[in-house]
Amino acid sequence: MAAQNIADVKGRTEELASVVSAARRKDYIFAIIGVLVLIISMGMLVALLYDLFVDGIPRLSWDFLTSFPSRRPANAGILSAWVGTSLVMLVTACLAIPVGVMAGLYLEEYAPKNWLTDIIEINVSNLAGVPSIIYGLLALGLFVYILGLGRTVLVAGMVLALLILPVVIVATREAVRSIPVALKEGAYGIGADKWQTMWHYIIPAARPGILTGAIVGLSRAIGETAPVITIGALTFIAFLPPAPVQGTPPFVNFDWLSAPFTVMPIQMFNWISRPQEAFHVNAAATGVILLAMSLMMNAIAIWIRYRLRRAHKS
Amino acid sequence: MATTLNEHIVTSYEDELTNLNKIISEMGGMVEQAITEGASALLKLDHQQAQDVRQFDKRIDEIQQRINDAAVSIIARRQPMAADLRMVVTAIQVANDLERTGDMAKQLAKRALQIESLNLAPKFYNGVKHMKDLVARQLQAALDAYLTRDSKAAIDVCSRDDEVDAIYNSLFRELLTYMMEDPRNITQCTHLLFCAKSLERVGDHATNIAEAAYYLETGRHLGADEQQRQPR
Amino acid sequence: MTDIAATASEFAAPEEAATVSAHTADASISIPHALRAEVRNLSFWYKEFQALKGIQLPIADRKVTALIGASGCGKSTLLRCFNRMHDLYAGNRYDGEIVLKPEGENIVSRSVDPILVRMRVGMVFQKPNPFPKSIYENVAAGLRIRGINKRSALDERVEQVLRQAALWNEVKDRLDSSAYDLSGGQQQRLCIARTLAPEPELILLDEPTSALDPIATAVIEELVDELRKNVTIIIVTHSMQQAARISDYCAFMHLGQLIEFGETEQMFTNPGNVKTQDYITGRFG
Repeated sequence: MAAQNIADVKGRTEELASVVSAARRKDYIFAIIGVLVLIISMGMLVALLYDLFVDGIPRLSWDFLTSFPSRRPANAGILSAWVGTSLVMLVTACLAIPVGVMAGLYLEEYAPKNWLTDIIEINVSNLAGVPSIIYGLLALGLFVYILGLGRTVLVAGMVLALLILPVVIVATREAVRSIPVALKEGAYGIGADKWQTMWHYIIPAARPGILTGAIVGLSRAIGETAPVITIGALTFIAFLPPAPVQGTPPFVNFDWLSAPFTVMPIQMFNWISRPQEAFHVNAAATGVILLAMSLMMNAIAIWIRYRLRRAHKS
Repeated sequence: MATTLNEHIVTSYEDELTNLNKIISEMGGMVEQAITEGASALLKLDHQQAQDVRQFDKRIDEIQQRINDAAVSIIARRQPMAADLRMVVTAIQVANDLERTGDMAKQLAKRALQIESLNLAPKFYNGVKHMKDLVARQLQAALDAYLTRDSKAAIDVCSRDDEVDAIYNSLFRELLTYMMEDPRNITQCTHLLFCAKSLERVGDHATNIAEAAYYLETGRHLGADEQQRQPR
Repeated sequence: MTDIAATASEFAAPEEAATVSAHTADASISIPHALRAEVRNLSFWYKEFQALKGIQLPIADRKVTALIGASGCGKSTLLRCFNRMHDLYAGNRYDGEIVLKPEGENIVSRSVDPILVRMRVGMVFQKPNPFPKSIYENVAAGLRIRGINKRSALDERVEQVLRQAALWNEVKDRLDSSAYDLSGGQQQRLCIARTLAPEPELILLDEPTSALDPIATAVIEELVDELRKNVTIIIVTHSMQQAARISDYCAFMHLGQLIEFGETEQMFTNPGNVKTQDYITGRFG
């Protein structure tokens, strides 16, 4: 009888073992497929970067950064392009972050929940998916022709701000929504009003998420070409916009906002479309700089998030 | 032997347990007094004292009720565990034994009222008096063992119960002898025999209390432990 | 016609009185203590769903009143009515009254500002939820919100309530370190201190020990035991043993109704209602 039981148990164990090993096999197959897909996509990315670096890095030099574009590839530089990019990013950040954060906070915390806010919500999410050239067309029609702002740094900043606004709004909402209800109720529970809860408790806690969203948005904007081309940025500029800071009072100066400009992606586009091989090398070098700038921004985002999280949690 | 336990984090719980112990101590004192006075009423044939003892029993019943209520309340509200649980459960047992002991004191007082008119010869008393002293000591020792959580003292009390039984048996034979000597003694001696029986029961209750004390302190039952110690 | 109606009501009246008698829904339940608050015929709706049905509940001054019942019975919902937490979410509706004594203001009235109510009625939550600030600032938060910013006043009150919450000795040397450095039990005591700081008239505890280990729980229970000397406490707990341990009065709720209210001792040794008996003896269902 005992022997019978042992045989039963053995039989059952073998059955279970076959079920388990089938499950393990599935896991194994899936893992192999995953690794293959990863190798293919990463491999392409690495190849792309390798090509860019091999072409571009030898061309990098101090002169390349401090020279204006030129007809002779060896003398050409990207001074006007990176300054333009930086200024445009400054305008974009100044517009997109406050507007986006406030819109996100309003939608998440203040807006009544009704059909109107539902529609706004859906549209905000959809705007993030609109092709960037459409924004370029909008800016060309509205800012350049109707408002007559010209093909300036300001307009470029505005269009890129519009482009990343949905990203900032969605990031802000996500950041606010991810704050534990307990924290919010705790603040209300001690008698805080909405404003106090918002400024003293919600925004500080949501700051890492909001900043990350903003910087991710900016690093998308930095590489955008289409809308900037659409509004008609110049491709060849041999001068700098007036400096935003000056030595004499009032020390700041907003003339640069209305200056014509170019940005790095446009400079690249321009060079790559020329027949001379040497200009292609210049384009690759510009690409390296652009990549470095956007990686640096991501690094800053990670650093800020890490610092704020530590300050909050530790 | 007795271990001291750390205090509970919740002080009001600690207070309730201490209070329970205090009421038991109080009740023990009352029962001891009842036995002493009951026996004294019997030996001196003091009518008034006998009446007093009968009244006193009501107060003992009340205090038992108080212990039971307190114990039920602790079980319901504090969910005592381990040593605390044993403390509460044994409190109910001990209160019960004490109440029964109080009843025995009442029995003595009743007998006193019944034999008042019978004019007892002093020689009959000696055995009863001796036995009363012994069981009173037993009861006191058992209560002390319980209140101080002294398992060794509890074992001593239990082992002395045989002494009580021995005295009871010799007293039984003695009274039987008196009855055979002179049939006129039969009524008196029968009453005294009942009193002796009551005192012997007090001894049993003292043993029960000592056993409860042992269980409270060790978490084991004395009977089982004794058997293990002396395998037959 | 009128005769028949009169007779019918005469018949109906005693029966009704019998079913609702002693324990629940008669106009007010009297208890042998001064009241700090009273719930009168309170109903509450989450949108269409009625979560509370005509609750009558006296809250004794400087006593602990426990709300017990199975999950979804409405005990937390009732607790959160006391500081209008439901107002944070759209579509909730109150009907009836919760009056604070002695002045008798109905705090669930639409005309009363919920922020004002929350300033008078403090709440401690299920999971310890200290603010991401220093220990000191956590306790001072409620005072700052009330416009108290003078350092000396804050210092004094912070120490006072940290002592009251039995936390001072553990944190006095690190008031400026983050509240997240504390253990779960300490965090919960910090939250209690934070709630105590502005001297609320009523303190609500929403399952305050459900995330804590037994020792931390015992420490909180001892704290509640101490606090009851000075403040009125309402506690929701899923552990009826805990309700038995720390409350003076106990209310048993079921499906949004108050089934039985009484002294805790009475409730746990001899409940008056079969449902209560079934619940506290573990025969529910």
